[in-house]
Amino acid sequence: MNVHEYQGKEILRKFGVETPRGIACFSVADADRAARELGGKVWVVKAQIHAGGRGKGGGVKVAKSLQEVHDHASAILGMTLVTHQTGPEGRLVKRLLVEEGADIAKELYVGMVVDRATQRVTLMASSEGGMEIEEVAAHSPEKIHKVAIDPVAGLTDAQADDIARKIGVPEASAAPARNFMHGLYRAFFECDASLAEINPLIITRSGGVLALDAKLNFDSNALFRHPEIVALRDLDEEDPAEVEASKYDLSYISLNGNIGCLVNGAGLAMATMDVIKLFGAEPANFLDVGGGATAQKVTEAFKLMLQNPAVKGILVNIFGGIMRCDTIAEGVIAAAREVRLGVPLVVRMKGTNEELGRQKLRESGLPIISADNMADAAQKIVAAVAGR
Amino acid sequence: MSILIDRKTLVMTQGITGKTGAFHTRLCRDYAYGKECFVAGVNPNKAGESFDGIPIFASAREAKEQTGATVSVIYVPPPHAAGAIDAAVDAELDLVICITEGVPVRDMIATRNRMRGKKTLLVGPNCPGVITPEEIKIGIMPGHIHKKGRIGVVSRSGTLTYEAVGQLMDLGLGQSTCVGIGGDPVNGLKHIDVMRLFNDDPETDAVIMVGEIGGDDEETCARWIKHHMQKPVVGFIAGVTAPAGKRMGHAGAIISGGKGAAADKLAVMEECGIKVTRNPAEMGKLLKSVL
Repeated sequence: MNVHEYQGKEILRKFGVETPRGIACFSVADADRAARELGGKVWVVKAQIHAGGRGKGGGVKVAKSLQEVHDHASAILGMTLVTHQTGPEGRLVKRLLVEEGADIAKELYVGMVVDRATQRVTLMASSEGGMEIEEVAAHSPEKIHKVAIDPVAGLTDAQADDIARKIGVPEASAAPARNFMHGLYRAFFECDASLAEINPLIITRSGGVLALDAKLNFDSNALFRHPEIVALRDLDEEDPAEVEASKYDLSYISLNGNIGCLVNGAGLAMATMDVIKLFGAEPANFLDVGGGATAQKVTEAFKLMLQNPAVKGILVNIFGGIMRCDTIAEGVIAAAREVRLGVPLVVRMKGTNEELGRQKLRESGLPIISADNMADAAQKIVAAVAGR
Repeated sequence: MSILIDRKTLVMTQGITGKTGAFHTRLCRDYAYGKECFVAGVNPNKAGESFDGIPIFASAREAKEQTGATVSVIYVPPPHAAGAIDAAVDAELDLVICITEGVPVRDMIATRNRMRGKKTLLVGPNCPGVITPEEIKIGIMPGHIHKKGRIGVVSRSGTLTYEAVGQLMDLGLGQSTCVGIGGDPVNGLKHIDVMRLFNDDPETDAVIMVGEIGGDDEETCARWIKHHMQKPVVGFIAGVTAPAGKRMGHAGAIISGGKGAAADKLAVMEECGIKVTRNPAEMGKLLKSVL
């Protein structure tokens, strides 16, 4: 689960990580008030969306007067911000963060992720603050420093100091930098984060160490023990179809193609998308109905796929194991009837009771195209959608 | 011989009285030698009772002492699953298979850390389990789609493993052992660990390796295969069409930080001499071509 920058910073502050003072705003009047309350002479008006690259897209502006705060807030709130992470359709800005301006002497990068290979949380840091870390990794990997954190001992002072030195934290800021990294790790650990990125971390002219930006992701498997983080969820930032799917315990992701696919199991669902592409078309979605798919779940899945106007055909690929193919066939028939299916439907079923399942589909009287294997199924749906 | 488990394996079920644990323990017991294999259940609140004739013990340690079981299968709900693994490791079992989906990553980091230097092997979590056809099945896979044979299967995904098995069966090829290692980022055995076991197993002639996007376990395994594997391996990687930054169902199936894309994995596997297919309908055919 993702949260906004201002929410991430609130969490970090609780763990002793310093950030510029800032106030979340939902209207231009809020922004005016926030700037007055913060005082000072320089403010930063930052669009709050769940995507990076906001600055380049025009979603982050420095203001040198209250009037400029007002003007920037008016311009950014309600704009459709397009960044390399939003896709071409962009994201509507509904929230702002107004912050005091910071006196930047140095910009650095600090991040934390769970490393699969070491099976530990890894602290990553670089002197190249403000840049995309992927780019740094690609062009100057020697500038990225990593340290794996022992889950029992936690981040040690020696590790924190060593990393700080390597990325060029000046000696005078060594103590606050150490506190910063300890706070970041404690926040990561205690909140069950899956990713934390502070880009940039800044050293101010007076030697302070601050998180100028904050990106936090949380492990969805651990949200049951963090109601305070669940409360930060912003449904406006999520695909409505994905939100709808999660209500029925369906794993759904919208894609750009025109062939809807309904599959049991995540791996098989990905493979089904791949085989559609292999035969020259594009999948409209990833959709895993899970191992215990019921007729009702299948019906909901059909409704979800068909809400996407781009869908011109549906491919159902089920490997019946414990879940029998005839049960799935009943679900598919019921769903096709309920939604009055108007696009071609290819069904491939394999496994337990596959013959009985196919028989049910045949006897339904519905124009369902049956397929023998995944490749056959993909070819048939691609042909049907192309009108062949 | 097979790998990891066979008809002589004695198994305890942790979480035997829950809905999933009860359902699958019955199916596992009804499969092949399951009646002799599934000898104990664990539930601290129901110690002394029994489940369909299987005695229930308060702890994994007690179940081991009383029945001789050295393997455990876990269906305990996510908040307590890592604790159940810890208990099995403390009881010095040989193998723990954790089926539970949705275990917090932080819990698994702590559990894997505790397991360092211990003898217990872990499969999963979030996996279908392990089956040695016509001998024993431990997990949630459909037993009847398998038959005994000489092909090893290792995969991160459940139904895609069944798909691979189904394709082998259509060609008349049985399996030595099929291992679903699971789709979580922090887990037990990796492709490379299972591949080593298949390499050493005289009853395995060739292996299908099914991977998916995320991480670099497949690449690590491929490099090992290049230098050490004495048997043919064929592979498929799911997720060529998956966009970066989107989690494809499994917690570990995500392309992030420029790592984990299917195309990169396939390229490394090919460089290492593994025959790969981009068509998931042809895993079986490809395997047959290398025999």
